[in-house]
Amino acid sequence: MSDSLVQARGLRKWFGALEAVHGIDFDVQAGEVFGFLGPNGAGKSSTMRMIGCVSPRSAGELQVLGMDPDTDGPWIRSRLGVVPQQDNLDLELSVQDNLHVYGRYFGISRAAVRAKAVELLDFVQLTDRAADPVEQLSGGMKRRLTIARSLVNEPELMLLDEPTTGLDPQARHLLWDRLFQLKQQGVTLIITTHYMDEAEQLCDRLVVMDGGLIVAEGSPRELIARYATREVLELRLRPGARNGWDETLKDVADRVEELPDRLLLYASDGEAALAAAHQRGVQPVSSLIRRSTLEDVFLRLTGRSLVD
Amino acid sequence: MTAHGIAEPGSRALSGWQAMLRVVEGLWIWYRRNWRATAVSNVAQPLLYLAAFGVGFGGLIDASPHAAQATGGVPYLLYLAPALLTVSAVQNATFESTYPIFSAFRSQRTYWGITATPITPAQLVTGQLVGIALRLTVSATAYVLVIAPFGAIRGPGVLAALVFAVLCGMAFSAPLMALAAAWKKGRTPFAAISRFVVLPMVLFSGTFFPVSQLPRAVQALVRISPLWHGTELARGAALGTLRLWPAAGHLAYLTALLAVGVLLSRWRFRVRLTP
Amino acid sequence: MRALQELSRALGAPRAGLLMRVLPPALYVGRARMLVLRASRVSRNIWIMILSGVCEPLFFLVAMGQGLGGLVGAVVGPAGQQLSYAAFIAPGLLAASAMNGAVYDTTYSVFFKLKYAKLYDAVLATPLGPMDIALGEIIWALIRGGMYSAGFLMIMLVTGLISSPWAVLALPVALFVTFAFASVGMAATSFMRSWQDFGLVQLAVLPMFLFSDTFVPLSVYSPAAQWLTQASPLYHAVTLLRDLTTGAIGWSMLGHGAYLLVMTAAGILVASGRLKALLLH
Ligand SMILES: Nc1ncnc2c1ncn2[C@@H]1O[C@H](COP(=O)(O)OP(=O)(O)OP(=O)(O)O)[C@@H](O)[C@H]1O
Ligand SMILES: [Mg+2]
Repeated sequence: MSDSLVQARGLRKWFGALEAVHGIDFDVQAGEVFGFLGPNGAGKSSTMRMIGCVSPRSAGELQVLGMDPDTDGPWIRSRLGVVPQQDNLDLELSVQDNLHVYGRYFGISRAAVRAKAVELLDFVQLTDRAADPVEQLSGGMKRRLTIARSLVNEPELMLLDEPTTGLDPQARHLLWDRLFQLKQQGVTLIITTHYMDEAEQLCDRLVVMDGGLIVAEGSPRELIARYATREVLELRLRPGARNGWDETLKDVADRVEELPDRLLLYASDGEAALAAAHQRGVQPVSSLIRRSTLEDVFLRLTGRSLVD
Repeated sequence: MTAHGIAEPGSRALSGWQAMLRVVEGLWIWYRRNWRATAVSNVAQPLLYLAAFGVGFGGLIDASPHAAQATGGVPYLLYLAPALLTVSAVQNATFESTYPIFSAFRSQRTYWGITATPITPAQLVTGQLVGIALRLTVSATAYVLVIAPFGAIRGPGVLAALVFAVLCGMAFSAPLMALAAAWKKGRTPFAAISRFVVLPMVLFSGTFFPVSQLPRAVQALVRISPLWHGTELARGAALGTLRLWPAAGHLAYLTALLAVGVLLSRWRFRVRLTP
Repeated sequence: MRALQELSRALGAPRAGLLMRVLPPALYVGRARMLVLRASRVSRNIWIMILSGVCEPLFFLVAMGQGLGGLVGAVVGPAGQQLSYAAFIAPGLLAASAMNGAVYDTTYSVFFKLKYAKLYDAVLATPLGPMDIALGEIIWALIRGGMYSAGFLMIMLVTGLISSPWAVLALPVALFVTFAFASVGMAATSFMRSWQDFGLVQLAVLPMFLFSDTFVPLSVYSPAAQWLTQASPLYHAVTLLRDLTTGAIGWSMLGHGAYLLVMTAAGILVASGRLKALLLH
């Protein structure tokens, strides 16, 4: 065995006739931030739940922290911190009781969990809401509480399923900072997200999933280099005036991608591509030249734009 | 354009009737698919109570001379049947005007969806109440149809009893609906209401035994209970013993309660939906 | 509240117990009491809880015992003695409220936490397993049921509805009845798909409540109906408790106990077999 914290080989999951995960291989190394990207229904959450030992795998191999989820679930889970895609806080309890009761599930002593709750509420800036019922928190506050809750057992490995969905920009940056701190402390993070900036900022390595399969793997930078050009030219055309242009523009760029509202031309030199397009009589409503991002990688690999 | 029945701008978009019917239609579509879940509690419950107390046990009561005097010499089965009709209307009305209303405001937020169309909050209230009344009528009719062949009714008077039972249910439903519309906290008082208000009401409003069996002080208290008024009306109608002035009094009480409930509901719905 | 937590700890801590040896750790890690802790936090005001639990059978007792009792007069008790109608129905109500509470706590309440509150999703992300959850809920049902039963027995004692010292055994028997129905309720919940299915729970519970020698003496029925009544588990619970509160002790009680014991075992067996499929998917 290598020193990978999570190792999957031919991992599969099906729900009745529907195959959500089609046999995937990946390794998560200790101390890294590992990301899952993919469109809706790609199988990210299903994979996360298998790693979290709450969803038995249908086939293949899976090791988490060197153990088998099928038989060693309780020991694995006692070292995990889980932020599920949908908050499942205990709505009948107060904010601090949520942390308290959850900590007790891990067998943490009452005194220790009380101290921990104070620390964690401060960590996610909810100290002044400690005695409120969870019901009364805003969506973003609930999300932060879920994150605090996942830290109550000082986990070695965290599973964060779209942790920042529903957070305002400030709270997102706060969370990124907190996650970065955790990483510094040596915690390994596995994260799914629909935000490309988040993936680029946080992830050391990521995989792109589509239709239950892994379609690419690497660091954000590697993926961009491999699947996109250096620059992208975005042309916004009048509705109806677009038909046939991608034929005309084929040799202007390495690749042309047609979106509902615009054309994307992938080229190493955006300016040159724009000039060439003008030469061929294209008259866009507006144009934009930018660096390639993970979003372009995503588009290339899945044929879909990310935030759909 | 007259698409979707919307007249030219300027005229009122929807008449009250049309609007109400649309709300009722929406509720009915749901009911048609989900009636099974409530059939047990709505129809089976009063039937089972009638079978337990009216049939075997009835013989025991009818045999006691003291009892015959208290029930006016009517066989216990006939005495109990119209009262259970009213009880069941009130119990169903309680459920239908609490949790579903509360969740339509809170978790499902369907009411905001409805009032985003030309339908006004007041029309929504009317439609919702008519929808509940329809359901009560369906359940009550089913109950009557089942018990009729077993000799548990005396004659066509049971039809009037059915109307009174539904009226009684609605008199209880409307004020509760106003409460459900006003309730914003997650912990609802509805379970407490059915335990501390509805249950004692059912047990002490002359359903199983005449109110005269109770201490005088309690008898006075029972007069507040809409169920008692409803039971007096329904039983009187079913057994043909109803007299004009007491009946008018019971009717007035129930109608007043219904009217107050409707006004309160309209007010709460308007405040909540058009802040 | 503290006393309650102590009690729950005592009850829910079979850490090195039999279960730990029998069940695989993926199913059970011996922390069921943490769910009891959670439940006790949720229902902070214990007096209000007891009050509301005792009120329901009490309303029935007063209404039926006084009002209907006045019409019926005395009925024949288990040992052939004359019994006031109130004294006849009181043990029946004790058994019925034990059943109702246990069924509610292990069906509606569990289903709601499972499907809507997603409570168990959160619990299962911790070391706890499905059996911890099931046991925790059953223990909580026992604690609650025990308090309701104790409260109701006190009322029976004060109002003179108990006529035998054997009634001291009524509390443990009521707890046993709660446990029997809780385990069957848990098993039933493992088959539930949607709210529509709860109509069936009601359809099982309500006839039992009404026809198990609770309100209506068995003797009024035809032999066939009597035979049917005796198949109802609540009938056996009612009979056991009535025998105790009226002092009609006999060997037949062993038979009633055995019926409930078998039912409990069946419930546990089914529930533990299906819980994993229900909770982990
Ligand atoms: N409990 C379940 N029962 C049946 N099917 C399921 C279940 N959970 C997930 N699925 C199905 O599995 C597939 C993958 O779902 P999954 O939740 O893993 O996707 P995802 O990548 O997390 O998507 P999203 O970005 O929308 O969160 C979907 O088709 C989904 O409908
Ligand atoms: Mg997901």
